Amino acid sequence: MECQECHIRPATLHLTNVVNGQKTEMHVCEHCAKENGYVSYGQEGYSLHNLLSGLFHMNPSTVQGHKHFAQAPAALACPKCGLTYNEFTRLGKFGCASCYETFEDNLNPIFRRVHSGNTKHEGKIPKRMGSGIEKKRKIAAYRESMQQYIQEEEFEKAAELRDKIRSLEQQKDGQEEGES
Amino acid sequence: MSLENFMSDAISPWMKENGPDCDIVMSSRIRLARNFENRTFPLIAKAEDLDDVLDFFQESYQDADFNDRGKLQFLRIADLSPIEKKVFVEKHLISPHLAEHAEEAGVLLSESEQVSIMVNEEDHLRIQLYLPGFQLREALSEAFEVDDWLEQKITYAFDEERGYLTTCPTNVGTGLRASVMMHLPALTMTHQMTRLTPAINQLGLVVRGIYGEGSEAQGNIYQISNQITLGKSEQDIVEDLESVVSQLVEQERQARETLTEELSIQLEDRIFRSYGTLLHSRIIESKEAATCLSDVRLGIDIGYIQDMPQSILNELMVLIQPGFLQHYAKRSLSGRERDVLRASLIRERLHLENN
Ligand SMILES: [Zn+2]
Ligand SMILES: [Zn+2]
Repeated sequence: MECQECHIRPATLHLTNVVNGQKTEMHVCEHCAKENGYVSYGQEGYSLHNLLSGLFHMNPSTVQGHKHFAQAPAALACPKCGLTYNEFTRLGKFGCASCYETFEDNLNPIFRRVHSGNTKHEGKIPKRMGSGIEKKRKIAAYRESMQQYIQEEEFEKAAELRDKIRSLEQQKDGQEEGES
Repeated sequence: MSLENFMSDAISPWMKENGPDCDIVMSSRIRLARNFENRTFPLIAKAEDLDDVLDFFQESYQDADFNDRGKLQFLRIADLSPIEKKVFVEKHLISPHLAEHAEEAGVLLSESEQVSIMVNEEDHLRIQLYLPGFQLREALSEAFEVDDWLEQKITYAFDEERGYLTTCPTNVGTGLRASVMMHLPALTMTHQMTRLTPAINQLGLVVRGIYGEGSEAQGNIYQISNQITLGKSEQDIVEDLESVVSQLVEQERQARETLTEELSIQLEDRIFRSYGTLLHSRIIESKEAATCLSDVRLGIDIGYIQDMPQSILNELMVLIQPGFLQHYAKRSLSGRERDVLRASLIRERLHLENN
């Protein structure tokens, strides 16, 4: 989902504004949320942290100043384990694997904060589901270096990589890539 | 094999071996957090679900052989006495969290106590692997072997984007906590640790005392571990930690050299006073004992004290903890009783070496 203000960045904040029982939803990026004052700044900085006070062990007294906008998915609950989004932010813990899917739209800011900007796993893959994921990762890496070669006008090398990507894409999952 | 095996010795069999840089790095540990795909995480799971997991472990892994590590033993924490639980925590076989949430928790231990798999901790599985000295890479590859072996029977909660799914967002991705226990007496004496700790924190690493979060550095022993688990490969995480640990080892060696050069007689005096205290005191508190043990260990490392094994620090640090003392006495003890027993156990142990 793209940000409804700038239409450039992805919407990472989903806010609900309730005025006289009328509910309006907003989907904005962090930047626009700040620009338009949808979320407030505390002494600790950007108040998104406050929304997740449970997770970041923040003093509840700092969780003020955004009375107008509540986190939209407060009532959202995991279909598998029943954990609500509210409970998730209070506990700072997931209830089951499905919670990750259920709260997916709100996880990137949390992970970025906790893992110094990272949101995507780069490590070990379970053996039994491995090869398909491995292939995707390889293709992504080849694509990146191919772009690099194109920019450097090293077209021969870029073409080599293009062929590698093609042959990988034609392989079925589970088939080994012939090293050459 | 029975519970007694794990209770009889203060140090695990693997600790008696020497590892690389073991004059400074006491041990290396790898911990991997894993969960079952289709089960609610222990934090909010129902007791029946957790019992299912324990039964599965009992049936699948009791007495199982894992490579050449001998038979594995599965224990339900609820079957341990309060003192036994304390001893397990003091030996780092289980976490304080597991001991506190004992009703539906278990642990699968290898005979050498090198592999400890906690069941129904904050996550369904916490795989721990220990090696003596500075051997993080080796520990990682051995922990992966355990992980692969478990995976033959267990489908893990895993997502392509997010990696291994864990109860706490701080563990997601690799689920990896790599750590080392370091004995840093010279850096502490010269007040360099207070300067170095914030710098280490800046690199995304955590510095703690020997018994984990919030505990102070008893006996000048520090635990250093990674904090970030997502967006970096396990190898990169381990290498980043390794490079900081290597630098600390280097700095500790330099500080020891400077101390022996510039303060030789004062240092020697301090070490032998501590040695004397351990050899002769009749009442000793754990804090004083830890400080003296650290001095004696430094004395062994730099050659002032001969014919004493380096592992004496590892062993006595566990022996002097309240749980182990009470296990030894076979009853609970008052504070004063503990201080008396502690002093007598230390004397006994040191005389054993002197004969
Ligand atoms: Zn925007
Ligand atoms: Zn859930």
